[in-house]
Amino acid sequence: MFTVILYGAAAAAVLVSFRKDREKTRQALKKGYKALINIMPEFLAVIMIIGFSLAALNPETISKIIGPSSGILGLLISSTVGAITLIPGFIAFPLAKALLDSGAGLVPIAAFVSTLMMVGFVTLPLEIKYFGKRAAYTRNSLAFVFSLTIALVMGVLPWIK
Amino acid sequence: MDKVKRFKWVILLAGLLILALICRPAFGLHVAEITWSNFLYMLKILPPIFIILGLLDVWVPKETMIKFMGEASGFRGGLLAFLLGSAAAGPLYAAFPVAQVLLKKEASLINVYIFIGAWSATKVPPFLFETSTLGLPFALSRLFMIIPAIVIIALLTCKASLPEKEAIYKNAHNL
Repeated sequence: MFTVILYGAAAAAVLVSFRKDREKTRQALKKGYKALINIMPEFLAVIMIIGFSLAALNPETISKIIGPSSGILGLLISSTVGAITLIPGFIAFPLAKALLDSGAGLVPIAAFVSTLMMVGFVTLPLEIKYFGKRAAYTRNSLAFVFSLTIALVMGVLPWIK
Repeated sequence: MDKVKRFKWVILLAGLLILALICRPAFGLHVAEITWSNFLYMLKILPPIFIILGLLDVWVPKETMIKFMGEASGFRGGLLAFLLGSAAAGPLYAAFPVAQVLLKKEASLINVYIFIGAWSATKVPPFLFETSTLGLPFALSRLFMIIPAIVIIALLTCKASLPEKEAIYKNAHNL
């Protein structure tokens, strides 16, 4: 669905641009192509790292690791798993729900969900390529710390059971 | 030689994969399978993103970007960056090339980090998914805490990367 919209938007944009100025459109496509080729080595590396991390940490393994864990150690484990893995929301949220239902603590699950979204350990090479080491390391460490903090606060909010 | 250097990580990882296929065939095959399907997915979503990027680069004047998201854009610039990131779809790695165009057109560093933060954490489709699986109280509480966190992370990341600021903008111009 998302892909269809994306292609539709790209096609429409190219069409409009082409009617306005052929030369500029040609330039734009060339630039896009060059930028894509330029970043390909990093993309390929990241795709392979994702392959390794997901093969090692598939949903069953994740639920085995996170499921029974508790306390500070459990929190650290679940947030680390979230930071390393890169799984789309439509798999991650049902997984989180299943873990909660089977008795996992709310705090580790909240931390897992947050680090999963905000911390990109496997995409670090790409992030560094675009933003440099300082920004990439800072953003990811801070995102990790904030994910933990938010999860801990969620553990004491009375309206979440 | 330059080509080899650019692909050093890919070569290293491919070596590891071959090793895995020999020593632990089941695991290695699993890795290859996931890598392949992700590779196909990437090939599917990246071309339109980079086409749009190229068009943005050619058509959006730098002055416009400076006005809306530049150093002096203030709260409204930040809000725009946040909304842009939240309205996006796709994995975080797709956000980086978009951020590159923003940087090239001289959006401020803090706004670009807010954009990245929003893209990672407050996109609409995942939020809807979270609401339907983990419940509205869970999703909303997390959202309300994540938003200030995004801003604080952006501020601190901006501070930390100040020494590399010029390099980041220079790099962005390689588009």
